Formats: sequence, C-alpha cells, structure tokens
Amino acid sequence: MSMYRSHVLVCAGAGCISSDCKAVQSALIANIQAQGLKDEIKVVETGCMGPCDLGPVVLIFPDGVFYRKLKPEDTADIVTEHLLKGKLVDRLLHRPTGKSEQVATFDRMEFFKRQTRVTLRNTGLINPESIEEYIARDGYQALGKVLSKYSPEEVISAIKASGLRGRGGAGFPTGLKWEFTARASGNPKYVVCNADEGDPGAFMDRSILEGDPHSVLEAMAICGYAIGAEKGFIYVRAEYPLAVQRLETAIGKCLEYGLLGRNIFSTGFNFDIEIRVGAGAFVCGEETALLASIEGRRGEPRPKPPFPAQEGLWGKPTVINNVETWANIPPIILNGPEWFSAIGTENSKGTKVFALAGKINNTGLVEVPMGTPLKEIIYDIGGGIPNGKKFKAVQTGGPSGGCIPAEYLDTPVDYDSLVKLGTIMGSGGMIIVDEDTCMVDLAKFFLEFVQEESCGKCAPCRIGTKRMLEIMERIVEGNGKDGDIELLEELSQGIKSSALCGLGQTAPNPVLSTLRHFREEYIAHIKDKRCPAGACQALVTYYIDARACKGCGLCSKNCPAGAISGEKKKPHVIDAGKCIKCGTCKDKCKFNSIFIL
Amino acid sequence: MRTLEDLNKLRDKLQAEISIRERKQEITVNVSMGTCGIAAGARETMKTLIEEISSKNIKDIALTQTGCLGACQQEPLVQIQKGGEKVTYINVDQEKARQIVNRHLLEGKVIEQWTKPEE
Repeated sequence: MSMYRSHVLVCAGAGCISSDCKAVQSALIANIQAQGLKDEIKVVETGCMGPCDLGPVVLIFPDGVFYRKLKPEDTADIVTEHLLKGKLVDRLLHRPTGKSEQVATFDRMEFFKRQTRVTLRNTGLINPESIEEYIARDGYQALGKVLSKYSPEEVISAIKASGLRGRGGAGFPTGLKWEFTARASGNPKYVVCNADEGDPGAFMDRSILEGDPHSVLEAMAICGYAIGAEKGFIYVRAEYPLAVQRLETAIGKCLEYGLLGRNIFSTGFNFDIEIRVGAGAFVCGEETALLASIEGRRGEPRPKPPFPAQEGLWGKPTVINNVETWANIPPIILNGPEWFSAIGTENSKGTKVFALAGKINNTGLVEVPMGTPLKEIIYDIGGGIPNGKKFKAVQTGGPSGGCIPAEYLDTPVDYDSLVKLGTIMGSGGMIIVDEDTCMVDLAKFFLEFVQEESCGKCAPCRIGTKRMLEIMERIVEGNGKDGDIELLEELSQGIKSSALCGLGQTAPNPVLSTLRHFREEYIAHIKDKRCPAGACQALVTYYIDARACKGCGLCSKNCPAGAISGEKKKPHVIDAGKCIKCGTCKDKCKFNSIFIL
Repeated sequence: MRTLEDLNKLRDKLQAEISIRERKQEITVNVSMGTCGIAAGARETMKTLIEEISSKNIKDIALTQTGCLGACQQEPLVQIQKGGEKVTYINVDQEKARQIVNRHLLEGKVIEQWTKPEE
C-alpha cells in the first residue's frame, strides 16, 4: 500500500464544472508533478461539496483547508506554498460575506458547521467513480447486514421504526410503502428510483447521483430483498448526463464485485438494476406517468388507486422512491432506526437536503435536521441576501408549492409546518427572492412552467392552467380587471379538485399561495396599474431626478432607444413614449438619479 | 465478493487510504518545511517518513507540513503530536526519520536524545 500524505479534493459538481474546475484540476496535477510531489499528494475528483457560488473549490486533507474561486494559475501557489511548505495561501481562503477575517478550514465555515450530513455523508468527500472509496466508507455493509442477519420483515420494521418519510414531495412513510408492496399479491415485484428531478431551482437528486451513486444502488438492493424483488429501475432525466454516466460506472463496478447480480454475498439473493433515461418531461416525475414511461408508453399519469404498491410496473407491485429517500436507507440500517428518529421533529424525522437558489449569498446544497428554523437556513448557512436588499419570501416545493413571507422566518422547516403556511417541503428546492421581485410575476413564472409541462391528458390541467395563465399575463401587462382575483381563485379550486394527477392538482398553488400572502400586490397591479416591486415592465416608468442628475450624458449615450435627451451638465429627461424600459440607464447612472415610479 | 467477510476485509484494507479525509487521526506528524527546512533536507526527511509509515502500514497518522518554526539551525524539525503531548525532534535526517517511525510511532518510545529541550 502506498500512502499519500495529503488528499486534494477537487469539487466536480455541476456548479463547479460550469465554472471550469476541470482546468483547475489539470493545472493542479501539472504543478504537483512539476514539484515532484505526485507520489505524496493524491488529487481526488468528487461530487458537489455544496457551496456552489464559491466554485471552483478544493478541499485539502488532512488539515481540511478550503480554497475557493480558483483559477488555473492559482494552483501554483497552492502547490508550492501550501502543499510543499505548509503555508496557507491567504488570498484564496474563504471570506464570509460582511466579515473581514478569513476562514481557513471547512469545518469552521458557517456554511458547513451548521449542517448534519446523513444523505450527503459521502457527497463531496469521495470519488463517485470509485467503488473502493464507497466501500472504505462502510459502503455495502448495510446490504451485507440485512442479507446475513435480517429477515425481510425485519428490514421493513426497521425502516418503519425510523420514521423516514418520502423526500420526493408528499412525505409518505417509506416503511409503510415497502410493507404494502411486500404484502401485495403479484409477481415479480419491482423497485424504482425516481430521479426525474424537475422543479426549477432544485438539484438535490442530481448532486447525490453524481456524488454518491452507490448509496442509491445499495438502498435499492436492500429494498429488493425486503419486498421480494429481483429487479430495479432508475428513471433519470436525460438532462443529467453526468449522473447517468456515473450510475452506469457504478452498476458496472457492482457487477464486477458481485454486489449486484446473482447470489449476492452467497445468500441466494439476486438483484439487478437498469437505467432508464427519460426525455425530461416534468410530468414524468409523477409516479404513474414515470412507470408508463419506463414501460415504453407515453409518460401520462393515470388515476390512483390502484397505487403502484398494488399495481405498478407492468401491473405488478412496485416500490417507487426518490433519490434522496434512497440515500437515507443504508445509514438507517447501519446506525439503527433509533439513531435516525432521534434527528428531526416529532413527525418529520431525519434531515433534509435543500438546494438554495435565487437571491441568496451562498447558493448551493445544504443538509440540516428537520425542524431547523428557516432563518437559520437562509441567514446563517445561506449568508443572507446579497447587496443589502431585504428578504421578501422563499418559494419552496417548486411549482407544487408556494411561498413563505418574511414574517414566518422563525418557522421550523418540517413537513407539517410548511403545509400550515400553504406550501410544501416538496423535493427541497428553496428559491429566495428579495424586495425587487414581483410576487405576481413569480407566480406567473411557475404557472407558465406547469402550463408548458402539462401532458394534456386531462382538461382541467390542459385548459384550466392555460386560462389562468392568460389572466396572469393580463395582470402583469397592466390589463387586469375587477374580478380577476376571484376568477383566479375559482379556477384554482376547480383545477385542484378535478385534475388527474399531482401536477395538475398542485398547478394553481403558486398563485393561491401568493394571493394568500401578497394579495395587495395583485390589487396594486389590477386597480392602481402599479407594480410595487418595480419589476413588471409594462407598469413602471423610468424617471430622472433633476436635482441629482449631473448631466454627464452616460444615460443618453447608452440608451438603446434614444429616449433620453438633455444638454451637457444639465439635467436630462426621459421620453416615456420612446422608453422601452430596459433599465440600462438606471444601471449606468453613477449618481443614483434614475428612479422607477 | 463471496461473503460479507470478504467485504469487511476489503473495507479494512481500503479504510487506511481514506481515513485522512475523516480527520480521526490520533497522531499528527508535522515536518517543518520553511526554506531553511527544505535547504537542510526536509524533503528527504518527509519522503522517508512516507515510505516508512506506509511500509509499516501504520494507520491513523496525519502527516502534515508547516512553515519555519524559528529554529533554523536545528532543521529539519519533526513534531509529533498525540492528544495534548507534543515532541519535537531536531536535525532529523533520513536515518533518524526511520528510527522515529519505528521507535516512537510503532513502539511508543520517545527518543529523548534527539528531541528539542523544552524552553
């Protein structure tokens, strides 16, 4: 065995890949070779570490030093100063927003310090393409344990006792789902992984698949044993090519090691997993549509019951769980259900992964115990709102969810408290919006999304969301009329109660939720023809404050519509008739003299 | 992989390769790598420590490097830390490095005559 005195982890999550971590990695390796350190220092490519806005990032062990926003040329200093001479490269260390002092190691960063990593225990820490690194982190021990020591009933009891609920959205108790499937008559039975993550702003599932694919494979095999299935399918969207590739590598390695396939651990248990790549239709995340798609039919939902536990793939009993749910299974088996249920709240056990996006300083992936207050997630871990703006709301649960306004920031985040506020946990996307966001416009965005993604099978969803969208478009264009709000509410209730599947039933939620918490914004758009956030173009007027204007002419020079005029060193004016409301003048003005009315 | 025992054996073997990332090491071996240290041969000392530690398959040791400790005439310097205890060896050439691994790290005996007297 050769020993490396230091491991340099290079994050290769999608965020860091897009900020060109590959070039940083190559430069790092070249510098390590040039300094003659290649036998001492190991460079490891990992999945997403979490703090995506800081990418490309590297994490150096054994000291745990974290360098961020790296360029290829920075790696020379990391190698000669840090790796060779043991000196920190100060300028590459993380400096938290609003603080002057730097933080050298990852475990002292607020972002990491407050997290509890169960689902993400390996993500960002191991090389996802190395089954050996997964095994070194107790990988496949849980599968070995259940096959050698547990009866299928005992596995199900353990999952039930843990209190784990589905992380895909609705929060159905996982153990109960397995039990229904185990007891259902019909053979063969199937295990399915839902990796059709489609909520705008959500990337938890992708990060787990890319960062720790084996945890999902191991969990599916455990479920197969518990319910009496020999076949599993992973349904993953084609937009996630890296996830697909890493899953393929992982499955190949498992077959090689005998951890999938026939007679696993010489116990007579057989289990195979196949990947099915979906075309990336939002409705295919709905379980019955997903199953139809695996079968090779159009990805359209069907009424429930019968539930997949009774009649799933090819009419046979099927367990279908999402990626994050699966990733919780091995630690539950290894550490015991009591350990798991000690984390979280009364009715929401364990941890939850959130994808922070939008107007927040630290965008990225975080995992916290259920019941963590929203404030802690957004301000302590997320670092608050950029540019000194005010927090306005957080949208959770994607298009099926809703928004939570500032007055509820103390809310502990769990399944039940979110439902009370008119939203849902959903898969865990959190889009943070600030004072510059118009809530009517935001609701319109989500409605547009579901309208486009509707499969069209049922009329309430196909036609109802279209009618709602038309009203919303009218409102943001300044053509809203009396009665629009009531009509939106009526349509919403109708669609909710009559649509065929979860997509349609929840499609009106963003509208209902913004109406609940931000009704006055709708009224301002409709009655006063005004957008309080200054975001809806049709409803704003750009205006130059004559007292503040120095007549520098920068605005008129940059105005693409030629709408600004004025003499040098004298106040300029905007011709509202010509103005196209692009906002260029406001961005260019150095004296803050341009306002939106 | 025929049995769970096979998996356990493989895991035990692989764990040493990844334990550095779990930061559970009981012992830290620190080599001073200022310009003075490197000039005095600290790179060779470091390489010898790596070779010796891996050939003896000693687990749970973090081998790190640090800058000049201000005792340039005594370089190369190697500090071994376990719990709250810290032992500093001075003028550590390759032969001394081998001895330190075998006697201090493996047998737990401090080689007093090579250590820096406490100020």
